[in-house]
Amino acid sequence: MEVVLALMTGVLYAAGIFLILRRSFVKLIIGLILLGNGANLLIFLLGRITKGKPPIIPGELKTLADAYADPVPQALILTAIVISFGLQSFAIILMKQAYRILQTDDLDEIRVSEKEEI
Amino acid sequence: MLAAVLSGFVFAFALRFVGRYLRNGNAVWATALPLGLFVYFASLLPQVGRGEAVTEVWEWAPSFGVALAFRADGLALLFALIITGIGTLIYWYTSNYLKDHPSVDRFFAYLSIFMGAMLGMVLSDDLIALFLFWELTSISSFFLIGFKNEEAASRRAALTALTVTGLGGLLLLAAAVLIGQAAGGEYSLQTIREGGLDLTAHPWYGIILFFVFGAAFTKSAQFPFHFWLPGAMKAPSPVSAYLHSATMVKAGVYLLLRLSPLLGGHDYWHIPLTIVGAFTMVYAGVNLLFRTDLKSILAYSTVAALGVLVMLIGVGTAEAMLAALVFVPAHALYKAPLFLITGILDHSAGSRDVTRLAGLRHVMWPVALAGGLAALSNAGFPLSFGFVGKDLIYEATLHSGSWAYWLTGAAVLTGVTLFYGGFIAGVKPFMGVLPESFKAAHLPPGALWIPPLLAAAAGIFFGLFPGLAGHALIAPALEGLMPGANAHLAVWHGFNTVLLLSGITLAAGAALYYFFKPSSGKEAFVERLEGISPKGIAERISKAAMALFGAFTHTLQNGFLRYYILMILSFTIALIGYGLYTGGPVNVDLSRMTELVGYEIALLGIMLISVLFTVFTQSRLAAVAAMGVTGYALCLLFVFYSAPDLAMTQFTIDTLTVILFVLVLYRLPRYLPISSPGSRLRDGAVALAFGGMITALALAVLNEPMTPEVSAFYAENAYTMAKGKNIVNVILVDFRGADTLVEISVLTIAAIGVYSLLKLKPTND
Repeated sequence: MEVVLALMTGVLYAAGIFLILRRSFVKLIIGLILLGNGANLLIFLLGRITKGKPPIIPGELKTLADAYADPVPQALILTAIVISFGLQSFAIILMKQAYRILQTDDLDEIRVSEKEEI
Repeated sequence: MLAAVLSGFVFAFALRFVGRYLRNGNAVWATALPLGLFVYFASLLPQVGRGEAVTEVWEWAPSFGVALAFRADGLALLFALIITGIGTLIYWYTSNYLKDHPSVDRFFAYLSIFMGAMLGMVLSDDLIALFLFWELTSISSFFLIGFKNEEAASRRAALTALTVTGLGGLLLLAAAVLIGQAAGGEYSLQTIREGGLDLTAHPWYGIILFFVFGAAFTKSAQFPFHFWLPGAMKAPSPVSAYLHSATMVKAGVYLLLRLSPLLGGHDYWHIPLTIVGAFTMVYAGVNLLFRTDLKSILAYSTVAALGVLVMLIGVGTAEAMLAALVFVPAHALYKAPLFLITGILDHSAGSRDVTRLAGLRHVMWPVALAGGLAALSNAGFPLSFGFVGKDLIYEATLHSGSWAYWLTGAAVLTGVTLFYGGFIAGVKPFMGVLPESFKAAHLPPGALWIPPLLAAAAGIFFGLFPGLAGHALIAPALEGLMPGANAHLAVWHGFNTVLLLSGITLAAGAALYYFFKPSSGKEAFVERLEGISPKGIAERISKAAMALFGAFTHTLQNGFLRYYILMILSFTIALIGYGLYTGGPVNVDLSRMTELVGYEIALLGIMLISVLFTVFTQSRLAAVAAMGVTGYALCLLFVFYSAPDLAMTQFTIDTLTVILFVLVLYRLPRYLPISSPGSRLRDGAVALAFGGMITALALAVLNEPMTPEVSAFYAENAYTMAKGKNIVNVILVDFRGADTLVEISVLTIAAIGVYSLLKLKPTND
């Protein structure tokens, strides 16, 4: 399974980067999201995957007795998901406003900061 | 002494606030500064004359072994007196010359900074301090050359001068550090010298010489770096007189003189200096014959004089050193007045064209007198200081060993051209009939003609009584360079070869002046050769360099986000790919991996399809939907592999993102096929390479064993210390609570950003 997941991570990275390199603002944002998913999957995978053993202490016990999934990568990814939402929502709204003002989705046309030079 | 050096800087700073009082001719009071300094340095003469240097050390950066160490010995004092003496005349002259200029205070500020820097340089005993003051002279020279900053030609000339002398400054720093390191971290010149270190035997000797020569040749305008000096004539005349003939350009000569006891005595020192100096003086001497602009002629004759000085240092005998030490003040005393007179002519007659100026003695005889005296000293007529200097030069070249004939011939040739240049500048404008166009010219105020007359008269005075200068000024300086050398100066040496050579020089110079007339045709002739002159070549190099770096910058910094990303990615791929390649093949140990089950294959299949769909679909909505599917697939993966918290978060966030996207999307236009197939192919290749690299990295990491110490800590303490059963939760809100607080702040900032973006109303539609 790990090998397939590693391949999947690569696919997500490749797709994300390909979209980031496009000229469309929308594709740039979708690319960022895919890249973020890829990065999360990579961290998850490198923290070693364990099936059916969540890091939750059961019932009356005080510590985890059995083998368990590593909680540290999970904590990291949780943070990353939340932060990337902040970034994505900001980017989406920025794109909306940029389109409203400039009437274009083409990044090459909003390269210059002064409006006169567009 | 520190106060003396810093006074120029303090004065310049004070001008920032009180500068407006200097306008309307009041600037004459500024003359008090160089005059006071001159008196101060003159008062040191008796002590230095006894062979006791005046020293002063101020700690500056002791951890680097750098100190503001000043040491007024004979050589330093000789230069300090020239700097302040000529400086007094220049200040006085400028107070009238720039009387009506709105930025006269700025000019005096630059001039004072320059004077302070120049004094600091000649008085510094510390190599690093010497370098700093050297650079300050270059910088103040830049501002003075470009003083008429509204003229493009001035700005360009200033930049050329700064580039050439700045390059020399860098070389000087390298030389200073190398000498200091060779001496075991000691930067005091005097201490190094007393330590008896033989630098000529040091393995770095050659490279030190290379740097020292580079510094001296650029600063003192030696071939092929001489071209900045004629260009620097764009500066106002007092600047030309002060910086570009009397003082700053002699900084290179000073450096060579100062270092000659340390570095001299080896063929590597003597031969390059002699050749470069001799070639420069002949080259510049011939060049000046073809010029018609007075300042150009004087600039080339200055270059020639500097060549003479460098050649003398190259010859390096006691006679040659004596000749150089006499020629430095002699040259200052005649060249400065000639430049000042040029300024007067420019002001009163409105022309510096030697083919037009004539007969002006009728309207300004004191100026004509000053010009005549300066020209006599310049030509080396008997009973002038120039004569004493010229005699010594011939004496030195005649006794210079195997090259005596060549050097003497070159020196005589240069002497002839210098005679010509001096007479063209100091005599010709005043001779003949006054043309109608100059009838309006009149005698300028005393502040303009007295300073050049004083300097020229001093040149004659020291010619009449050379022993005076020899005893008080020259002897202590020579004693410092060549202990025990004879510094006796005399007017009359008897009938000998030297006198004969002097006679030949005068006769040939007079003949040249009489028969060879400057004309614009001759000037046009040499200007055609500009393209192959060092100046033309340097300009082409700088143009090509600008074009190259411009292209470089435009390629790398083209303002397109994706090219930056592309470049960063390519570089990362190359770097990490190389590491992976050299790290050998990754052997995946399948036995340690978990098994692949049916529903997982299905899930990954869905994920793959949705990713591909996201990338290739032409519909925006479909792309967003497919992206959402990818997110949900990831969410399920988290469920399978024991991460319920992640699954919940991913589910929520993914849903929110898709909703937000769709809300915004319906306003947007359709995708346009705007990228070319070529760029898609290129981007695809880079993206696949990067993805492949990530896969390879992941596999390589998975192959390594893992140490779960950190996780074990959390697993053991989550309940006992933090009373929580969900360990991921406990980590986030308890163990790493502060991090989570920062994360919430980031989210808040993003929310504020989103809110203000939504509130934004475009004002200019």
